[in-house]
Amino acid sequence: MEALLEAAIRLSLPLLVAALGELIVERAGLINIGTEGMMLCGAFAGYAVAVSTGSPVAGVMGAVVVGLAVGSLFAFFAVVRRVDQIVVGTAINLLALGATGLAARSLYHGSAPSAPGFAPVAVPFLSELPFVGAVLFRHTPYVYLAGLLALTIGIWFAHTRGGLRLRAVGESARSADSQGVRVNAFRIGAVLAGSALAAVAGSILTLAQSHVFTEGMTAGRGFIALTIVIFGRWSASGVTLAALFFGAAVALQHRVQARGVDIPYQVTLMLPYVLTLMVLAFGSRGSGGPSDLGRAYRREAR
Amino acid sequence: MNAPAIDRRKFGSRASSGLFELLRPLLAVAVAFAVAGLVLALFGYSPGAALTALLRGSFGSPNAWTATLQKTGPLLLTGLAVTLCFRCGAWNIGAEGQLYAGALSATWIATWLLPGAPAVLLVPALALAGAAGGALWGSIAGGLRATRGVSEVISTILLNFIAIQIVSLAVHGPLQEASGAYPQSEAFPAAARLPAIARIHLGLPIALMLAFGSAFLLFRTALGLRMRAVGLSALASRFAGIRAERHLVLALALGGGLAGLAGAFEVAGVTGRLFERLSPGYGYTAIAVALLARLHPIALIPSALLFGMLEAGGGAMQREAGIPSVAADLVKGMVILLSVGFAVAKQGPRALGAPDAVDEGEKGT
Repeated sequence: MEALLEAAIRLSLPLLVAALGELIVERAGLINIGTEGMMLCGAFAGYAVAVSTGSPVAGVMGAVVVGLAVGSLFAFFAVVRRVDQIVVGTAINLLALGATGLAARSLYHGSAPSAPGFAPVAVPFLSELPFVGAVLFRHTPYVYLAGLLALTIGIWFAHTRGGLRLRAVGESARSADSQGVRVNAFRIGAVLAGSALAAVAGSILTLAQSHVFTEGMTAGRGFIALTIVIFGRWSASGVTLAALFFGAAVALQHRVQARGVDIPYQVTLMLPYVLTLMVLAFGSRGSGGPSDLGRAYRREAR
Repeated sequence: MNAPAIDRRKFGSRASSGLFELLRPLLAVAVAFAVAGLVLALFGYSPGAALTALLRGSFGSPNAWTATLQKTGPLLLTGLAVTLCFRCGAWNIGAEGQLYAGALSATWIATWLLPGAPAVLLVPALALAGAAGGALWGSIAGGLRATRGVSEVISTILLNFIAIQIVSLAVHGPLQEASGAYPQSEAFPAAARLPAIARIHLGLPIALMLAFGSAFLLFRTALGLRMRAVGLSALASRFAGIRAERHLVLALALGGGLAGLAGAFEVAGVTGRLFERLSPGYGYTAIAVALLARLHPIALIPSALLFGMLEAGGGAMQREAGIPSVAADLVKGMVILLSVGFAVAKQGPRALGAPDAVDEGEKGT
């Protein structure tokens, strides 16, 4: 049980960080289906920088820089040029797959070295607690930071002027604008923050989990992050719980497979998607999502 | 308020249309290739060698032509699937899953339900089954959007993953070949294979006809007009008495049917079996195909040919020049950004970036 919960947290981590990034973006009124590609870029950048410098921290920095670069691309087309966000996100996914695949092949020629990564850090005293210690306090630093991040975002949304304005931009860009909020500045900021987080989430895969980069290794996690935001009803706490739930589903699937229980692995693989679809279909209708989600804002219009 | 300014812009863009409108996609493709070449050079590959291998692998020999045309068919059909839906304002990111649903239903007919039937019966039956399977898969997303307000962007993506796992389940279970050697279906009986000349199967001419059919539907019928009206503004079309939801479901069903047909043709015309990873991402490339063609069914034909060439040549690039075939994805992404990123917002639904054409029907009124 302890091992299962520990694994649930560990496996939910990339999903959580990417989903928190997407949460910020969606709260500002944009849909970024390029999260998948941004994670992939972060996974590669984190890996490549960590390998060449020998420092995982530098790897994370590299991921952030690349994430910001890809985010600027998204922001330029989706916010400044007002191209449809779905289209831009699709393009970014393809670009990321092509660019990282090409870079990986050219730099490592199929003999990829193992990246230095983050080892679990036991929190003094707390990790000694029975049960809770093993589940919560013997993780990589990512876990503690992600927890802190979720808390910060939650408080920021609810209790600060900036958070309120960001949400206003997502609910009604026009009203926010009439109150003097600079809509596109908030949106660009949100995209940059979201893409940096997506890239960091990707770096978790290469620096805390597999330690090598493989082509297309995010394998749909970016899309799961997207559904986690919906599942979590656009709140930081909801997103955290939803991410943990998805992580637990994966952990359980590993466990079931290892035990040789007679459930086809495809069923457990598709379960999160089916479940999300069910929740979307039968959950309370129309609650939660920002009203201006997916709409570009043009000041001169109307 | 500022109507004059807006008007002038509209007239201005109309005046500049014509030749430039024709050149713009070519320009987008040229720049995309140039950027991809630059990236290749940056990573130490030779862009010249890449281009040579790409062209040789796609047009350089009869075999290469066959490979290109074999990939053009499914890209044209899935591209049409995306086009019909985008035109109606339905964000169908699910052509990939709809293709798999079609391939699965066709395989079920050909290897399980009617394996002994004669070709005259079997080929139409599996094609219809494929279209029906894809249409069903598309209408799930359409139905959820119409009745429960679920965004089809999310649901079609989810349905892609689900369809791929169901296919995997089928070829590991009920539809697996009797020998059980590989996770794949039994080989299609000869009567279930599409008639072909030089490995170009019947699917390609049918896809071409469907392109013209889709153009007719969109631009020459009342239904097409209503679909486009819904795509331009669901709210305005509702004021005009059009049932927007119904048209959204219809568009997703039609699109799903076309993508499903692509899946059926793929198993019955090319592979002769169903297996996992049947599609190299046709359903996603279809978005680039459709956007480059500016959502015009006839323009989709050259667009699908171009991407068919990329798909076929990408493999040759990897074999001959040692350049990863994912480089082709780089070109696809660039083409998407360039063909819509710098277009002036006008004709066409919000796919082309028209901000005031967004669907206002969801505003909980």
